[in-house]
Parts: sequence; C-alpha cells; structure tokens
Amino acid sequence: MSGPGPGFEYIQELQGRAIPRASDGSRTPGWDQPADLTKDPAEIPDPAVIHVAPALRDEIEAAMARYPDRRSAALPALKAAQRFHGWCSPQAILEAACVMRVTPGYLTAVATFYDMFELEPKGRHSVYVCTNISCSLRGADALYEEIAAAAGEDGEINVRHFECLGACDIAPMVSVDNVYYGPLGKGDAKRLVEDLRAGREPLPELRLALRRTAASELPAEHEQ
Amino acid sequence: MTQALLFKDIDEPNLADIAVYERRGGYEQLRKVLSMSQDAVLSELDASGLRGRGGAGFPAGRKASFLPKGDMDKYLVCNADESEPGTFKDRELMQKCPHALIEGIVIAARAGGINRAFIYIRGEYEEQAQILDRAIAQAYDAGYLGERILGSDVSVSLVLHRGAGAYICGEETGLLDSLEGKRGNPRLKPPFPAIEGLYGGPTLINNVETLMTMPQILRMGGNKYAELGVSGSSGTKIVSVSGHVQRPGNYEIELGIPSREIIYGLAGGPPPGRSVKLWFPGGSSAPVLTAEDLDVPYDFDSLAKAGSMLGSGAIIVVDDSTPVLDVALKTARFYRHESCGKCTPCREGTNWTVKMLERIEAGEATPMDLDIMASVQEQIIGNCLCVLGDAMAMPIGSMIAKFRGEFEKHMQRAQLTGASA
Ligand SMILES: Cc1cc2nc3c(=O)[nH]c(=O)nc-3n(C[C@H](O)[C@H](O)[C@H](O)COP(=O)(O)O)c2cc1C
Ligand code: SF4
Ligand code: FES
Repeated sequence: MSGPGPGFEYIQELQGRAIPRASDGSRTPGWDQPADLTKDPAEIPDPAVIHVAPALRDEIEAAMARYPDRRSAALPALKAAQRFHGWCSPQAILEAACVMRVTPGYLTAVATFYDMFELEPKGRHSVYVCTNISCSLRGADALYEEIAAAAGEDGEINVRHFECLGACDIAPMVSVDNVYYGPLGKGDAKRLVEDLRAGREPLPELRLALRRTAASELPAEHEQ
Repeated sequence: MTQALLFKDIDEPNLADIAVYERRGGYEQLRKVLSMSQDAVLSELDASGLRGRGGAGFPAGRKASFLPKGDMDKYLVCNADESEPGTFKDRELMQKCPHALIEGIVIAARAGGINRAFIYIRGEYEEQAQILDRAIAQAYDAGYLGERILGSDVSVSLVLHRGAGAYICGEETGLLDSLEGKRGNPRLKPPFPAIEGLYGGPTLINNVETLMTMPQILRMGGNKYAELGVSGSSGTKIVSVSGHVQRPGNYEIELGIPSREIIYGLAGGPPPGRSVKLWFPGGSSAPVLTAEDLDVPYDFDSLAKAGSMLGSGAIIVVDDSTPVLDVALKTARFYRHESCGKCTPCREGTNWTVKMLERIEAGEATPMDLDIMASVQEQIIGNCLCVLGDAMAMPIGSMIAKFRGEFEKHMQRAQLTGASA
C-alpha cells in the first residue's frame, strides 16, 4: 500500500485536538523509555534500619508460618499493617515488606488489586454501602446518598460504594467495620451516623447475625 | 416444596458449636470415611451425581478423580469467595453450620488423597471467618483435623485464608494466585489445577455448598442421594432469591421444581400490583429470562435449554417498575470494575459497554450503537482467558436481544428531552 491509509486524516485531526499527548507525542509518557539502569534495583527493606512495632512483626510472622510459601501471607500482612497504621500508607507497606522479606513494590502491586486496602488516609470507621443490582432494586442508591449526606465532611466516617456484599436478602444493606446490617429503612441512615459518632453499635437490631433463615419464616402451608 | 438436607437443623441455636453439631449426628461421616478406601469414597460421590454448586456445575466426583495418585503434597481449596451478585448461600451455611464444611473438606480430601486444605473466604465475610476460626480450632482439638485424624493414617491440615475484596478471586485460578500472595489474575489453562495448581501441586477446588453436601451423600449413600432431583441434576440446592420479591432469602429446594414455585411460592413474588419483568436464574452472569420462562424447571439442563444457566443458584427478580437500562448499567459497571485487565476484549469490552449504555441513558446514542454494543458482546465471548468477560457479555447480550424495543424507546425519548428520561 502506498501513501497514508483511509483513516489517516481523521487520526491527524484527532492528534490535533482530542487526545492529550505528552511532549514526545506519546499518550502514555515513558512507556517506550528504558528503565533507568543507573538506579539501584528495588531492595528488600533492611530490618536494621526499619522500625516495626513488635506486635505487627509478630502478627505477620505468625501468618507467614501458616503457609508452605511465606509469600502467601501478603494479604494478611497488608491487613495487619493497614490496621496498625490506619491505612495502607507507604510506611505501612514498607514495614510489611521488611518483615516479609519482599520489596515494597511487590506489596504495592498486591495492595492496589484489592478493594479493601485503603491507599489514602481514611477515617476510623468504614461504612460499605452495597449498590449492586439487588440492593439498588431496593433503594440502595438513595441510601448511599443519605448516609454520605449524614456523614458530611466527617473525616472519621469513610462511606464507600461497594459491589455485592453477599447479603442481598437484607437489601439495602451496609457493612460497618466488617459487621453486616440490613435492611435499612427510613431514618436509619441518620441513626447509623449518630450511633457511630456516639461510639455505640450502630443499628443493633438490624444486625444480620441475629436473623433466622428465610425458609424458617415461611407461612405454614409451605412446611413439608 | 422445600426439601431440607443442608438446612435441616440450620436454625438450631449454637449449631456452630462442635458439641451441638455432634449431638445432631455431626462428624459421623468423617469417622466413616477414615475407614473407607479412597476409591470407595470416590464411587459414592460419583454415584450421587453431585454437580458443583459454585457456578460451572462440573461433576464433583469426576473432578476429584482427576488428581494424580502418588505421594506428593496435594491441595484442596474450598472456594468461599462468594462474590457473584445475588449469591448469599455460602454465607448463611458457613455462619450457621461451619462444622459441616470442615467435615465435607475431610471427606473431599479423602476422595482426592489430599493432605493440605485451605478455605479461601472473601475478606468482607469477617464475621463468618471468625466463626470458622473458632470451629477449625475446635475440630483440631477434637482430633478431626491435623496429623493422624482420630488415630487413623489420614492427615489433613486446614488453613483459613481471608481475601481482600476482588470478585475475580472467585475464579479458580485467580483464587490460586491470590492465595499464593499475588494479584488475583487468572491463569492460562491448561495446565488445569488438578495437575498443576496451588504451589504447582495437584489441586482440587470446590465450592462451599458442594463440600457441605458431601456428608449428606455419605450419610444417605450416593445412590439414594441421586434419587433426589431430576436426571442430570440430582439432589437439593440452596437458592438465594433477591430483588423484587416479598420474602428474599435462602431456600433449599429439590432440583427440577418449576422456577415459579421458587419465585412466587417461596419468595412471595413481586410486591402486590407488580409483575415479573425479567430474572437472572443463576447470578448476574446468567443471561436473563422473562415472565414467559417462569415455568422452566429449576435445574442445570432445563435452564441451559432455556438459554440461560443455573450458575451459582442465585435468582434476582426485577419487576415492571424498573427500566431494563438501569439493570444493564449496574451489571456492566460491576464487570468493568471487576475485570482484572489481563485480556483486551474483557478490559476494553466492559469499559465500552458501560460507555455506550451511558450514551443511551444520556440521549446521545444512535440506533447503530445498539448493534455495535451487541457485536462487542459477541466479540468478548470465547476470546478471553477466563469467563468474566463472558459473564458480562451473556446477560447484556440477552437484555439487548429481549428488550431491544425498550432500549430504542428510551433512546428516542432521551433524545427528545435532551436528558435522561
Ligand atoms: C469470574 C468468576 C467468579 C467466580 N466466583 C466464584 C465464587 O465466588 N464462588 C465459587 O464457588 N465459584 C466461583 N466461580 C467458579 C469457580 O471458578 C469454580 O468453578 C468453582 O469454585 C468450582 O467449585 P464447584 O465445582 O464445587 O462448583 C467463579 C468463576 C468465575 C469465572
Ligand atoms: S477475562 Fe477479564 S477478568 Fe478474566 S482474565 Fe481476562 S481480563 Fe481478567
Ligand atoms: S446486591 Fe447488595 S448485597 Fe448483594
């Protein structure tokens, strides 16, 4: 084929306006550049230099001992580090990497894959609001807005959209600090936030663990 | 209408405690398999016709028989990731009857000649994980787990592993990578996990409900169990019913009963004055069915014949108050979020599907967009490393095929008003 193909002008036009480009013309700057070989390769943090709280170290070491391969402890180690530091901060990852004898880059790659790791500072309480299909059919999107509005600028309460939490039977539902509650009705969003601020268990009567199976609540004619 | 095997004593107070479980006949089947040969256990599972309850419906006995014989470390991984939208059966089973899972794990380990077992539980199920932690400790203390179980020459260790929030870790090879401490990207198959799985060793992966059914099979005898249900779908199934029904929840049914009996009879159907518009018979990955399909028998083969699948056994009911576009958007956004990004058709296809649906919602779409969207779904199916891509393409494809008129009407209305209608 000689000369530019049929789409060429269109692409030229696009290059002119729609697609932002770096000075080298690339859409993802740096992808075509070699790694900086003058830099030292990433290192496993030196335990003589990095201070790790003994309780955190013990917890991670106990996790590593449970598996045939110590790297299997990546998730438990990151969870422990997140709990100690309040979030998966670079320092938290550095300390976990130091105990696990892996590079911080390795654990960062893992942490960024999973939804439960907080990669930015966050409040003391986490409120996951499920807004997946079954919950949204029962008003979860409005519930999310209500909870977010009630929490307002309160940095201590971390309200997040979440995918199906496996409790569509109590839709619309929330997971507050890993405990499930539902179904939430009128006024419950405000009460949830008030309870958390007052240091009480939120919505105690809506706790999932208290429920019997739906099958056991069937009207009499369904009994076998 | 209900048939209680797994749910027989499920609401018994403190069933999660080992003493109560034993009083109810618990761990008797574990004792039994210790003195049976591996082949005898396998043939009971085979005779039962039990098909996997996690989604794919593969015969459980056959899968266990794929593991090579020999004296290497072999692994059993219980898949307790339960992240398929609409599914919440494993949660209730583990929360209320954790010891039946442990008993099932030892039975499956015996069938596969396995010495190391893991439970991979999704990180959000922290309450259930704590219940399992306690149950596992009790089982070790009682000698049901560990070295030389109850003085026999069978040894099985069990470790509970908590995930951290990623749907793709329910896919069996993504799960293995996650359990090895990596990002949960699925692996290329073959080699299949039965040959080269966890830490490179032979690995059997089964769903929670599959494993919890095994003590029942041993108790009844495989042939007797196979009499329950219908040909090709033996036994009972826990069905999670949610969405627009009056009594959402888990129900244990005999496979093969009409779907209508589950949706209306057990779950109470949509609220008064509303009717079923569409339903997912097996989680959000299943192609949707409509009110016309309500009499389809609820079993693997009948649902496949009706163009959908039994999947994880999760029925999501949508009534006539909800536009199909809303359901399609929720579905597509979920898969876009959960795509691990390894394959182009899935990573890009989920993203573009969401964008096109948003264009429809905003009134910026042309009728051609529906065809493009349908063809994107076709190009995803069969072209990816795992079936997450298909899991979006199938339901979205089915919604476009069955509700094309509604999509078109929405586009026209949105264009006229210049906003989402
Ligand atoms: C994207 C994706 C997600 C899955 N999620 C789950 C899950 O959460 N739980 C589960 O048991 N199986 C899940 N599966 C199916 C597993 O890959 C596997 O087939 C199953 O655990 C095998 O167990 P079974 O034979 O006992 O059904 C998923 C599959 C895919 C492709
Ligand atoms: S199909 Fe999607 S989720 Fe599965 S491996 Fe490919 S990109 Fe990942
Ligand atoms: S959709 Fe909300 S818990 Fe399943």
